[in-house]
Amino acid sequence: MPTITYRDALNQALREEMERDPDVFLMGEEVGVYQGAYKVSRGLLEVFGPQRVVDTPIAELGFAGIGVGAAMVGLRPIVEFMTWNFALLAMDQVVNSAAKMLYMSGGQIPIPIVFRGPGGAALQLGAQHSQALESWLAHVPGLKVVAPATPYDAKGLLKSAVRDNNPVVFLEGEMLYNSKGDVPEEDYSIPLGEADVKRAGGDVTVVCHSKTVAVALRAAERLAEEHDVSAEVLDLRTIRPLDSAAVIESVRKTNRCVVVEEGWPFSGVGAQVVDEIQREAFDSLDAPVLRVTGADVPMPYNKALERQAKPGPDAVIAAVKQVTYLD
Amino acid sequence: MATKVFMEALSPTMEEGKVVSWTKKEGDEVSAGDVLAEVETDKAIMELQARGDGVLRKVVAPEGTTIEVGKLVAVIAGPDEDIAEILGDASESAGDGRKKEAAEAAEAAAAAAEKRPAAPAAPAAPAAAAPAGDGERIKASPLARRLAAEKGLDLASLEGSGPAGRIIKRDVERAEAAPARPAAAAVAFPAEGYEDVVPSPLRKTIAKRLAQSLGPIPHFFLTAEIDMERTAEARAALNALGDGEPRISVNDIIIKVVAVALRRHRECNAWWQDGSIRYFNEVHIGMAVAIDDGLITPVIRHAHLKSLRQIATEARELAERARARKLKPDEYTGGTFSISNLGMFGIDQFTAVINPPEAGILAVGSMEEKPVAVDGAVAVRKRMRVTMSCDHRVIDGATGARFLQTVRQMLENPLAIVW
Amino acid sequence: MAQPMTATELDQEQRDFYRHLLRQMLLIRRFEEKAGEAYAQGRIGGFCHLYIGQEAVAVGAIAALEEQDYLFTSYREHAHALARGMSARAVMSELFGKATGCSGGKGGSMHLFDASTGFLGGHAIVGSHLPLAAGAGFASKYRSDDRVTICFFGEAAVNIGAFHETLNMAALWKLPVIFLCENNRYGMGTALERASAVYDISQRACSYDMAARTVDGMDVLAVHEATREAVERARDDKLPTLIEARTYRYMGHSMADPIHGHYRTKEELEEQKARDPIDTFKAKLHEEGLLPDDDVEALEQDVMEEVEDALTFADESPDPEPGALYTDVYRD
Repeated sequence: MPTITYRDALNQALREEMERDPDVFLMGEEVGVYQGAYKVSRGLLEVFGPQRVVDTPIAELGFAGIGVGAAMVGLRPIVEFMTWNFALLAMDQVVNSAAKMLYMSGGQIPIPIVFRGPGGAALQLGAQHSQALESWLAHVPGLKVVAPATPYDAKGLLKSAVRDNNPVVFLEGEMLYNSKGDVPEEDYSIPLGEADVKRAGGDVTVVCHSKTVAVALRAAERLAEEHDVSAEVLDLRTIRPLDSAAVIESVRKTNRCVVVEEGWPFSGVGAQVVDEIQREAFDSLDAPVLRVTGADVPMPYNKALERQAKPGPDAVIAAVKQVTYLD
Repeated sequence: MATKVFMEALSPTMEEGKVVSWTKKEGDEVSAGDVLAEVETDKAIMELQARGDGVLRKVVAPEGTTIEVGKLVAVIAGPDEDIAEILGDASESAGDGRKKEAAEAAEAAAAAAEKRPAAPAAPAAPAAAAPAGDGERIKASPLARRLAAEKGLDLASLEGSGPAGRIIKRDVERAEAAPARPAAAAVAFPAEGYEDVVPSPLRKTIAKRLAQSLGPIPHFFLTAEIDMERTAEARAALNALGDGEPRISVNDIIIKVVAVALRRHRECNAWWQDGSIRYFNEVHIGMAVAIDDGLITPVIRHAHLKSLRQIATEARELAERARARKLKPDEYTGGTFSISNLGMFGIDQFTAVINPPEAGILAVGSMEEKPVAVDGAVAVRKRMRVTMSCDHRVIDGATGARFLQTVRQMLENPLAIVW
Repeated sequence: MAQPMTATELDQEQRDFYRHLLRQMLLIRRFEEKAGEAYAQGRIGGFCHLYIGQEAVAVGAIAALEEQDYLFTSYREHAHALARGMSARAVMSELFGKATGCSGGKGGSMHLFDASTGFLGGHAIVGSHLPLAAGAGFASKYRSDDRVTICFFGEAAVNIGAFHETLNMAALWKLPVIFLCENNRYGMGTALERASAVYDISQRACSYDMAARTVDGMDVLAVHEATREAVERARDDKLPTLIEARTYRYMGHSMADPIHGHYRTKEELEEQKARDPIDTFKAKLHEEGLLPDDDVEALEQDVMEEVEDALTFADESPDPEPGALYTDVYRD
């Protein structure tokens, strides 16, 4: 099985879906001639032409709305935001138009659109370029929100997102693009709304998504070696709809849970997960559910401060030790 | 230049040593190489040597105390040298010395037990028994509650090892595996009490003379043969009750009987201390347990207040841990009287050595069927011989004999225990 | 300016066309009057933005479209829905929030939709539907179908970012879209001259090198002609146009807002009413003998019946089922 980068996995997904369905097109800043700000769309313009790989001016609200309008009349746009930080400008179209059109029209007008791009922090990009906004988007009924952590998941989920008849928010990560993993050559897709056990374990469930999956796996290794604790790492993959069943099943098995996320703590994705656990698995809990999140501050520039602000394996280990009463 | 005297590792595996006796006493001049004390290690009794010259200014660990290797036991210094600072540091590291009041020892044990989540709940001590509630509510994780309910365990009887005394899953599992304390454990035992009596001039004289003629502790021995028919009967009946768990042994009954008897004969429930005799209100029975290469005496505290079932459970658990060398110092110190039973080895009778600073020890032989005279005829009865060793400085012949008489009465008439 | 024609020179098609225009304007006028009444009686809730006075714009412009074309508008949209051919019943029921409404009772006055006639809403964020319209235009170009998209919006939307971003991309990518600005002079309570550095809206088109036209929004035929020209440009040349139709609303911004007072005078209102689009069109038809008065009266009657019927129908229609709360959030 080939080992490819997350970036190339996305590129393959785009390519395959655009080949499969002529109504699928890609639109965004620098996606065409520049080959993609992060090279995710490398080579697509040459294959599919400027009608289907559309370079836009810097006008997030405008081109997001154009995407939604095209979807309203039956095309299947993929709108790329160079980063999700910039998508804040387009939130009116994502939330007020895309998410609500089907409902407001009494079921007449579905919006089969994908909004994709890198979210969260990279390295020293500063406060305005480092935001993880999945909880904002997952808050909205009518949207689906996906955040793959591996190349395999990225390709399979992007294909499903494109085929989905609803607006799908697809959160990638600059820090993930270079990561490598096995991706089959055969056609496959991964359904939205299904979590994945990245590492099976019996003592504690560590729920995570996107960049925090690697953090959780590193923590799990150290927990096994240094503390004889067997951690089950559960990658949500899709934030909305949340695979509550998988989370509950795992917590019922391990009786303990730590929820990890890159975003800020207040009303983060983790808060939703914790709520569902305490409601549905109360009697299985041997300890309160703890969360590990990004620091509750705008992202600082300084390298060490930034590292401090990001959730790392040490924080996960400390939380696991608390819920397993090891400290 | 002061020389600190530490408990030394006198064997490769030694972790702590018991000071058996001080060869030198405070005020004596010592030179490097002199034997300061005899120390019982995990293997044998070894000599602790002075490593400096001077005057043995202060003995921090009195005879009978057990000290961890590396901790301070004495100070050698010039006759007028200021050793206050050394002693200030040392006061905490002298270990759970017999010098400390038993109450403090109990509290320390309880605190230590709470801090060590890996250890099961300590036998109930006055300050311990951390009920997991904050006054009214019992704190337990939802999982623990559910498991306890499923297993029919009363949460109130469990000690929580989680934060703020929260009862968690492992506490329930442990309670299920080895219920160290049945529900009644919530009962608080009486606070320690004792009375220090300065020996009268007569007693002092006896003490001094006997010590001179018979070694450090002037032993004398009292033997009695006891008819065990009724005790054997009662034991069988008890073990047929309920589901037979825990099984009560003869030794468990003896422990109970001796403990109750000691309450009636407080003069035998005492310690000989330098300068006074301590008569205890509470009875803590040291139970001699044979272990590889030796012997150790875990203590069943407040034995006079415990039920036979509690004693049986505790005795078994302590013995197991003793053999596994997992007893902590607070578990084999603080006894007020000891019992040694070699009956299982077929020994009819023997004399045991007193466990200082205790004043007495009862040596129990095997229970045998024998022909004896009963109402003028020969009958075959179960008989058992016990020998009490007494410290003559504390217990006189008649005192000891009266105690033994009570013991016999109870064993020959089990209900006399509650008479 | 159209030349006067004699009754004999008009062919039937033309007559029918004028009748159609008049009937539509009358329908809208009566519908809006009745909707206003119903709102005041509490039978319509939320917001209700009435189109009274602006009828010539919706009717004239929509008459220039073909069946397959797309239409987007803002929240002052009852008129556009009716002009596009949605039934008065469907629209009134939606205002009443009934299950028989065009959006199933879940959209309301500001979110009317009818996919079958290309009526793509009904949008409540000012300027937010302009990019949507450009998107529909983009799709037409993508598919090489010959649809055009028309997008109605008020003059207060020309200052929001979406207007600028959309017109730029529409001109850059040559999208077949007609941006029709209904300049009724007031954004709620703010006159255009207080909100815009440049008053003349059609002038903005030159920023994007886009064709533009200013037209008298009270003259239904003028609006129709201007729109027809823009539709041709879109369909044939695939180019966008910005049309500014100058018109006037008689009612307040919404039923909850004052008709006049602080932001405009009663005198001004009366002045504008003197230019009423329906009255002037009727007068024109009468003067030039283009439609007998009897016909006009019959139309009035017909329209009233239709509106009354719509009211009754809406009244008697059921509310949506409680379960409808959770339907159509996602499409399978």
